[in-house]
Amino acid sequence: MSGKTLYDKLWDSHLVQQRDDGSALIYIDLQLLHEVTSPQAFEGLRLAGRKPWRVSSSLATPDHNVPTTQKERVDGVNGIEDPVSKIQVTTLDDNCNEFGITEFNMKDIRQGIVHVVGPEQGATLPGMTVVCGDSHTSTHGAFGALAHGIGTSEVEHVLATQCLVQKKSRNMLVRVDGELSPWVSAKDVVLAIIGAIGTAGGTGYAIEFGGTGIQSLSMEGRMTVCNMAIEAGARVGLIAVDDTTIDYVKGRPYAPKGAHWDMAVEAWRDLVSDKDAQFDEVVVLKSEDIKPQVTWGTSPEMVIAIDEPIPRAEDQTDPVKKEGYARAWKYMGLEGKTTLADVTLDRVFIGSCTNSRIEDLRIAADVVKGRKVASSLKQAIVVPGSGLVKAQAEKEGLHTIFEAAGLEWREPGCSMCLAMNADKLGAGEHCASTSNRNFEGRQGFGGRTHLVSPAMAAAAAIAGHFVDVSEFVKH
Amino acid sequence: MRPFTKHTGLAAPLDLANVDTDMIIPKQFLKSIKRTGFGKNLFDELRYEDEGQPDQECTGRPVREDFVLNMPRYQGASVLLARQNFGCGSSREHAPWALDDYGFRSVIAPSFADIFYNNCFKNGLLPIVLAPEEVDQLFAEVAAKEGAEVVVDLEAQTVTSPSGEVFEFLVDTFRKHCLLNGLDDIGLTLQQEDSIHRFEEKRMAAAPWLFLSREQ
Repeated sequence: MSGKTLYDKLWDSHLVQQRDDGSALIYIDLQLLHEVTSPQAFEGLRLAGRKPWRVSSSLATPDHNVPTTQKERVDGVNGIEDPVSKIQVTTLDDNCNEFGITEFNMKDIRQGIVHVVGPEQGATLPGMTVVCGDSHTSTHGAFGALAHGIGTSEVEHVLATQCLVQKKSRNMLVRVDGELSPWVSAKDVVLAIIGAIGTAGGTGYAIEFGGTGIQSLSMEGRMTVCNMAIEAGARVGLIAVDDTTIDYVKGRPYAPKGAHWDMAVEAWRDLVSDKDAQFDEVVVLKSEDIKPQVTWGTSPEMVIAIDEPIPRAEDQTDPVKKEGYARAWKYMGLEGKTTLADVTLDRVFIGSCTNSRIEDLRIAADVVKGRKVASSLKQAIVVPGSGLVKAQAEKEGLHTIFEAAGLEWREPGCSMCLAMNADKLGAGEHCASTSNRNFEGRQGFGGRTHLVSPAMAAAAAIAGHFVDVSEFVKH
Repeated sequence: MRPFTKHTGLAAPLDLANVDTDMIIPKQFLKSIKRTGFGKNLFDELRYEDEGQPDQECTGRPVREDFVLNMPRYQGASVLLARQNFGCGSSREHAPWALDDYGFRSVIAPSFADIFYNNCFKNGLLPIVLAPEEVDQLFAEVAAKEGAEVVVDLEAQTVTSPSGEVFEFLVDTFRKHCLLNGLDDIGLTLQQEDSIHRFEEKRMAAAPWLFLSREQ
């Protein structure tokens, strides 16, 4: 019998009940909650007269539609100008109070994007099952945790039963071999992976990311990679536990302490795929082939290296692809353009659950330091992932570097990644964004998103158009 | 949940691959704290010329005449024909809520994104995977004849095309059971309360650090 994959191990250790039809009842260790996908779940509990199974397994914070300007944030939830957003955030506060769930509200320095906050607090731990009503929950797989997004009915199901009805996914290994080039980041790696396997390439799979190119990444880089597993169609992204994982977790507020810590570390050391484990699918990329990436279209798979020409619809043979490319060209307004350097940018967004952690801000600050954003730009904003990331950045003086260069320094939240708050693109505007989705209208009605790494976004902000950051920093 | 047994309805063909949930229901409508009322904003950006706002009255908004759901012949459609990877992206359950609220009972496509597929079953909306050539045939038949209806029979696990051709589809036994009977799966899971408690005790012994209360 062959060995187990990391995914198999996590699945087996959480299996409450296997059903005959292949579905199973899986135990959930941690549920993260935010204001957008939880109100109907709490309402469902109330209507049925149910209580949460185990309140200590939940952690909540508002993130999706909180405003990010100082002006709207000084007064906490009361400062939200949009009345509909305000009701939603207030509803989260009320529900957490009513059911006794720990919440980092808008006045709490620990508030931020759920996928930044969970790991930062040590609430996310190796070996856990983690769910949240948000598809980017795959982020937490970076810790060797089984983590995925769920819908609101499932949020309610987990609150009420501590379990989820699931069907086991198949195993895919995506290996990235070799050392990454300077200025090629985790974001470029994951965009290159999505470009290689497509947005549905991982559907039905749990993807484990491995190889030296992944192992050499910091925890923050690993979170960026797992975060976008869903953009390749896989609900679950995973990375094996190693010293990098354990060192990151140690000492965090909710991390185990004392004897529990020793016991936990011993258990976590086994959170790797066995040497003889069989994967249903293996994809291999070479690090040396990965260059800074930029998306040109309206799906994350529509991605190219910065030095490549924009692919044309007429060169595609697959009719579905041809039509999709033609539609994307039109929506993105690419007629007459050959490369992405030809696109004049209107806005730059550095933030989101993909790229708003301290290392992301450090590298962006490094690129813009002593420079000025292009005068053609309407706006460039930096939105830290949490209050604590913001505080750390300010301690390091990063905010003054950004502001001196002409970028706005904001309060934490999801912000322009999905534009539920006031931070959005106007119709036809091009944005260099460190977020995760370039769908039509994602960042605002008619807005045109190009996904990039923080370093690439920072360089683009200065140049006013896309440039290869590894060349840019030489000048 | 409303049960789904057998449904006969007008089919509307949405000939677009990789339709994401942002497209199905744009973010500004996710601010609602209710499960209903999303139908008027289903496919908002494809359907209307202007940018929709929450709580806005939609009659009188400028519509995109060439969008399938705006064509007179597809008014009242209750089965959506779609292309590959339908429902990709965000996990928002507002997507199936919007489809359901609009009046759709079933979506037929060659493939679906996982989370969306899952979410449909919780809302009495039946997602059906058919082979690409079968979906092609349904698109062709529906385009050929105005008012073409398809029959979706969950009990028999079949889709009958307007010309009478029968296609079989697969569905998990448990999901089928819940949908046929309109069962609340929380209630069903809670019948396993003892198993969950037993598992929890075992897990608590193996990983006690996961069960500490959170100090504020």
